[in-house]
Amino acid sequence: MIRFLLGRFAYLVPTFIGITIVAFGFVRLLPGDPVLLMAGERGISPERHAQLTEQLGYDRPIWVQYFEFVGNLFQGDFGNSLSTKKPVLDEFLTLFPATIELGLIAILIATLVGIPLGVFAAIKRGSVFDQVSMGAALVGYSMPIFWWGLLLIIFFSGILGWTPVSGRIDLLYFFPNGTGFMLWDSLASGQSGAFTSAVRHLILPSIVLATIPMAVIARQSRSAMLEVLSEDYVRTARAKGMSPFRVVGIHALRNALIPVITTIGLQIGVLMAGAILTETIFSWPGIGKWMIDSISRRDYPSVQGGLLLMAGVVMIVNLIVDLLYGVINPRIRHK
Amino acid sequence: MKLAHLLAASSLALMAGAAAQAKTLVYCSEGSPEGFDAAPYTAGTTLDASGKTVYNRLVEFDLGTTNVVPSLAESYEVSEDGLEYTFKLRPGVKFHTTDYFTPTRDMNADDVIFSFNRQGDESSPWHQYIAGISYEYYSGMEMPAVIKEIQKVDDLTVKFVLTRPEAPFLANLAMSFASIVSKEYADQLEAAGTMEDLNNAPIGTGPFKFVAYQKDAVIRYQAHDDYWKGREKIDDLVFAITTDPAVRMQKLQAGECHIMPYPAPADLEALKADENLTVMEQAGLNVAYLAYNTTVAPFDKPEVRKALNMAMNKQAIVDAVFQGTGQLAKNPIPPTMWSYNDAVVDTTYDPEAAKQMLADAGVSDLSMEIWAMPVQRPYMPNARRTAEMLQEDFSKIGVNVEIVSYEWGEYLAKSTDPARKGAVILGWTGDNGDPDNFLAVLLGCAATGDGGANRAQWCNEEFDALIQKAKVTSDQAERTKLYEEAQVIFKDQNPWATLGHSTVFMPMSKKVTGYVMDPLGTHNFTGVDIAE
Repeated sequence: MIRFLLGRFAYLVPTFIGITIVAFGFVRLLPGDPVLLMAGERGISPERHAQLTEQLGYDRPIWVQYFEFVGNLFQGDFGNSLSTKKPVLDEFLTLFPATIELGLIAILIATLVGIPLGVFAAIKRGSVFDQVSMGAALVGYSMPIFWWGLLLIIFFSGILGWTPVSGRIDLLYFFPNGTGFMLWDSLASGQSGAFTSAVRHLILPSIVLATIPMAVIARQSRSAMLEVLSEDYVRTARAKGMSPFRVVGIHALRNALIPVITTIGLQIGVLMAGAILTETIFSWPGIGKWMIDSISRRDYPSVQGGLLLMAGVVMIVNLIVDLLYGVINPRIRHK
Repeated sequence: MKLAHLLAASSLALMAGAAAQAKTLVYCSEGSPEGFDAAPYTAGTTLDASGKTVYNRLVEFDLGTTNVVPSLAESYEVSEDGLEYTFKLRPGVKFHTTDYFTPTRDMNADDVIFSFNRQGDESSPWHQYIAGISYEYYSGMEMPAVIKEIQKVDDLTVKFVLTRPEAPFLANLAMSFASIVSKEYADQLEAAGTMEDLNNAPIGTGPFKFVAYQKDAVIRYQAHDDYWKGREKIDDLVFAITTDPAVRMQKLQAGECHIMPYPAPADLEALKADENLTVMEQAGLNVAYLAYNTTVAPFDKPEVRKALNMAMNKQAIVDAVFQGTGQLAKNPIPPTMWSYNDAVVDTTYDPEAAKQMLADAGVSDLSMEIWAMPVQRPYMPNARRTAEMLQEDFSKIGVNVEIVSYEWGEYLAKSTDPARKGAVILGWTGDNGDPDNFLAVLLGCAATGDGGANRAQWCNEEFDALIQKAKVTSDQAERTKLYEEAQVIFKDQNPWATLGHSTVFMPMSKKVTGYVMDPLGTHNFTGVDIAE
């Protein structure tokens, strides 16, 4: 197990180096520089441009900037945002709880709905339920998130008035020293109605964010279950006269879940990408929306720091999934 | 038991009473502020959240107009030679009292001098109180070159000594970057080693005091109880940051906010049809134009530029591109600005005459580039569509157009290249309501060259002499004449095709009363009330 762990950790090092290069290079490959965007239609004289570029340190050779970036990382310094002038790490940590909260609820919905859907579709293979649910999954997978989010807002908030349009909680409630996890903060505040308001605000964005992972998980569960159901040991269990519930629910499901867990882990990356759009539509103050704003401003430190931190989170989650996989499936651990 | 019930009931009633009394105005703002110090930023979104709420200036724009009126200065005097501006400060002006600052004195000359020196004096510790900060408006409005020194005459009198007469100086002082901050607060922050809080937790004299900012989500303000103009009618002001215009509209319709800026043009019909809403509108202080490069042949010939302008069906462009949210432009300044010369006659749409004119100028088989901005701007909803329509119009007179575009930052930079080929679609939104802010910034000789905003590279001596003279003349009637004359030369020379002026819309709940639209495009909530 230790060797397995060490092996997994060893993978992280080159991945991390790769990510620093990509994160650093990506935003600089985009045309347009932050000083020009700041000046806007007014224009900026070449002298003033040079002066500001120098002030920001962007006049130095690119590799010097890169090594300084990496060197600072080791001291926990991700640089300061060009627009707000605040440390990138602080900005990230302020906004990250909102993204985690939304992401966790979304992945929970995706799993709790996706797995049963896939399993039932597999059991009732070829039935109307199978065809409808897998058709729906395909539609969900191909859904443009922006459009889907707006559609839900117009229908549920605009026409029916069931859910709030956007934001994290009713403006009435305000927790200046909160943790940033609104569900927790609203509960801890003890104010009546706060928690319900936070939940109501979470419903639409989490459904939107859950849609694609749910579709993927449902399809993956179905095919994994189908494969397991045709295994000899399932047939044996059935022949023994075990109840269908025990056959499917205990023997088949446990084995079918193994690839599904990997899929869920991989969906974390997809979730981050989805969060960018979902947060923008629902005015959700998370890192997705922050990244979009930073990219459009060519806020180099925020983009490179943000990308690195997001990639770090995805890497850690994938590592945990790998480890979990090892726990569930001893064959992998002993390889 | 009974007593407990009674107590509970009465405290509930009290709470309900308090809740009913507190009037909260919710504004669905379009983006996050970069900070709360009004001096280092130029984005309207940022300045709405600081300059217009938290701060005042020596002089301000009278709300709803571009007239400059006294504010923190009770009165001011300009010396005969136009080189000295003496401001008498209003006595008894209180800075905000918050949980992070309690002022011990009223606003005075020290605050005024500090507010400007921190921007102009590079040796001040406040000049770079945050690494990488710069004062773009202060330098953009040429303050370092204009201000020689600022003297404290007495506690309530400040004198600005200028290096040259500068007529737009007062209008510049009414801009957000010239907001007056508390020196006492700054001193406290400096002593505590938390200078950056000047940008996080602002203290001003304005109508609203800052309460809290939850990044990218909500900004909260409270009415300033001791506001020198009298307390606001609303108790709380909340900016609910909502970047998507379609979502802002949904929030407004659902009653989650009272007022929103920048509706999507396509949503205007629905907003106007909503019986719970009012949609205010006003001509924007802006212009969209097509700038030829007047230093490159054949566009160096005024008759060629005129011929091309005559080939454009501008009305069709305004109809298609602005979709009822704009009007034709004939001058480089908008009609709401003083000195707008309504007597100027626009070039008439006449493709046949245009064709002949090109032939007379010896131009045939002309191929040119038209640059289309990749982004939507307040003055131009769709540059690509505009370019396509121009392409079609020009093809009718035998001019072949290639439409090019670059990433926005590149576009802004490359379009200032003196050797640029082709004509550029761009525009401008006024900063301070002074015609100089359009005519000199966009068409003056000093603005030509690499990095300058004169994208036509047009340097006309006669025109430039007029606007230079207007700049050092303090009499507005005389300035008006000079600018009117300059507009005639502009039209005669056609360095641009003036395309349009866009209209600004402000949808709000019918409950909102007293909102006044600012021609300068900022959003102010002074004097606003909410009907029960």
